[in-house]
Amino acid sequence: MADRKIDEATQTETVGHEWDGIEELNTPLPRWWLWTFYATIVFALGYVIAYPALPGISHASEGMLGWSSRKQLDHELQAAEAARAGLRAQIAATPLEQLPGKPALMRAAVAGGAAAFKVNCVQCHGAGAAGSKGFPNLNDDDWLWGGDLRTIEQTLIHGIRQPGDDQTRMSQMPNFGSDALLTPAQIQDVASYVLVLARKEHPGASSGRGKDVFATNCVVCHGSDGKGSRQFGAPNLTDAIWLDGSSRDEVVAQISHPHMGVMPAWGTRLDPVTIKMLAAYVHSLGGGEAFAAPEQPREP
Amino acid sequence: MTTVLGRAGLWLAVLFLAIMAAAGAADRNFSIHMAIVATAAFIAMCATVSGADYAAIARGFLKMPDEGRYDDDPIRWGVIATVFWGMAGFAAGLFIALQLTWPVLNLEPYLNFGRVRPLHTSAVIFAFGGNALIATSYYVVQRTCRARLAFPGLARFVFWGYQLFIVLAATGYLLGSTQGKEYAEPEWYVDWWLTIVWVCYLAVFVGTVVKRSEPHIYVANWFYLAFIITVAMLHVVNNLDVPVSLLGSKSYPLFGGVQGALVQWWYGHNAVGFFLTAGFLAMMYYFVPKQAERPIYSYRLSIIHFWSLIFLYIWAGPHHLHYTALPDWAQTLGMVFSIMLWMPSWGGMINGLMTLNGAWDKVRTDPIIRMMVMALAFYGMSTFEGPMMSVKSVNSLSHYTDWTIGHVHSGALGWNGMITFGALYYLVPRLWGRERLYSLRMVNWHFWLATVGIVFYAASMWVAGITQGLMWREYGADGYLVNSFADSVAALHPMYMLRAFGGLLYLSGAVVMVVNVWATILGKRREEAPMRDAAFDPTRDRPIVQVPAAAE
Repeated sequence: MADRKIDEATQTETVGHEWDGIEELNTPLPRWWLWTFYATIVFALGYVIAYPALPGISHASEGMLGWSSRKQLDHELQAAEAARAGLRAQIAATPLEQLPGKPALMRAAVAGGAAAFKVNCVQCHGAGAAGSKGFPNLNDDDWLWGGDLRTIEQTLIHGIRQPGDDQTRMSQMPNFGSDALLTPAQIQDVASYVLVLARKEHPGASSGRGKDVFATNCVVCHGSDGKGSRQFGAPNLTDAIWLDGSSRDEVVAQISHPHMGVMPAWGTRLDPVTIKMLAAYVHSLGGGEAFAAPEQPREP
Repeated sequence: MTTVLGRAGLWLAVLFLAIMAAAGAADRNFSIHMAIVATAAFIAMCATVSGADYAAIARGFLKMPDEGRYDDDPIRWGVIATVFWGMAGFAAGLFIALQLTWPVLNLEPYLNFGRVRPLHTSAVIFAFGGNALIATSYYVVQRTCRARLAFPGLARFVFWGYQLFIVLAATGYLLGSTQGKEYAEPEWYVDWWLTIVWVCYLAVFVGTVVKRSEPHIYVANWFYLAFIITVAMLHVVNNLDVPVSLLGSKSYPLFGGVQGALVQWWYGHNAVGFFLTAGFLAMMYYFVPKQAERPIYSYRLSIIHFWSLIFLYIWAGPHHLHYTALPDWAQTLGMVFSIMLWMPSWGGMINGLMTLNGAWDKVRTDPIIRMMVMALAFYGMSTFEGPMMSVKSVNSLSHYTDWTIGHVHSGALGWNGMITFGALYYLVPRLWGRERLYSLRMVNWHFWLATVGIVFYAASMWVAGITQGLMWREYGADGYLVNSFADSVAALHPMYMLRAFGGLLYLSGAVVMVVNVWATILGKRREEAPMRDAAFDPTRDRPIVQVPAAAE
């Protein structure tokens, strides 16, 4: 080797090469570095023996510990299942009508429903169940289809306008504008009347004409007083809660070519107990109604 | 003469083909891209014709380059391109950080997060980092081989061809053309073009090494060569796909399902390993000893850590697919290879930092060395963090969270960014024949803005990532999930603001660098007090000599 010399600052020998003024010292490998490197290799070998690691033709080595990610997942799911099994069995055995009468069970159902809601429902109804335009707010007591436990459960199981489910909640507001059932002027008039019903506008000539249009076309579902009908899922038009917006343009758009939302039939995706818990959770949000008949006395 | 005509004819043929492809394109994006290619071919043709020295051709010989000097033109262009694309990439990064904080900034459709995010990653990795690597490799390989670049025409083609690749990739993202593979988003025809450019790059680099005047190949060149060869292999295999039409921008990958995911992360992880680690270690191995004026700490360490890094890195990709459909055995191997990678990675840090033995005072007096030391510190930190995050139990918390983003950025901003800035500050005065930089104090400003920016970025993302991971896995005493996904998004808002602030600081530092580099190129010198830590008065710097009493 050519031209080895001693570097003055470190008193270390160089290896004797030089590139564009750069030289290299002949420092040995740092001990701690080398031993840590060896340690990681030993750890790696141990880990490879302990866990599935070496692929063969048809299957891989299983490892001394017999661990697999699928087994771990199964264990964790089973443990969680087992922890909840008692409560779930009780909820399953309790008819929905009796649930409010058992506060501890009701609380557990509401907690389970809240968790299921976070996974399945927030995408449309929002994390706080407050909904958004076109997606109902579930915190209020303004129900399209009804707000007692049994009705909520029914909505959950069969959904709303879910194709292929013959018990799904079904209603279809006609396209008064796009199917030319009403003239544009009539639609403006009936929109005026609807806004008067909601006390957003004062009565005038337009709403006067609109009242007649309403009486001919709308009362079948929305009722003569405009308070809606749960039988048809027809919204109450006299309150301050609007599913698809309350501006004149939005009301006109909804009359002309109504937006008709779809909710999946969760009965095909979730088990009955989870649906029961979801019903309890939604019922608990603030607008839950007592059963229409027979009335269930609530425990204090 | 025939050479010039031949080249111009080649570009003319490309021009015609591109115009025909643009006219017959199956979709809008392909048509726009072929129009860009046609424009580039037209410019190349004009440059070929006008650049020809007709007098020399008439006299029967071509202008001979000055064999007594290194071939630095493409390096100068590369330095400017690095600075330019760096600014574009950092600005895009700040923009998407702000989009995540305030979603109203998503400007549909061309500037929504989904399109600007790959623009940001490709701009910083391939445009900024790639140009830095090509420019410095041309510089380093010539100096350490004591030879001019082989195939000078090809070297220029590599530079301009690479810029065309960047433009096609970037415009493609904004127009919505993507294969949906992270860090490999450009569609098939852009991939083919890059393959051509990259093979030419390999030819130029290997050609220069082959004609070297030094007996041995310097360690920086091992790393550059490993980077060029491995990136070629990764790029080709991960982009094996079938175009739907030769005149359309859409293609489908050859590998599907979990095989596709494994190939993608074999590519993705080694893009980090060989582009952002091996390539930048090559830069480190030249510019740190040059700037410190010290010998490399350990030749033996450089050999061992080079080969162990090269051997181990290539297997570590599956750690990106922990707890997925990837078979357990592959996950195990991905994890253990990542752990064994820890020390080989640190070998580079040790060799860089310990090279300062005997010159540690320069950390105080030389902001460029300070930048390089900070780069090595961040390199060491992120190459410890990486193996740690590859451990399955850690990964089950960190995966899919912003911790990963923080990890990537402490490496990218800290290591790749800082070492590149250091190399640029070294190169600019030398390439343009200036006595010194416009301002060393501005380098110091850049250093502090960038460092504080990284601290804000990394710290906020650690907090954000761990918050996310804990919120996602939080179960109540009743055995049910506590948080919805949207809850975790809302919880991160303040962290996202801090991250954007960190990005703003980092970008501000880069603006200071642009001014400094620009003024240096123009030959200006800022009148400023030298950077010293304490006052020094040479008139008082002498012993007091006792004047003997006058003899009487």
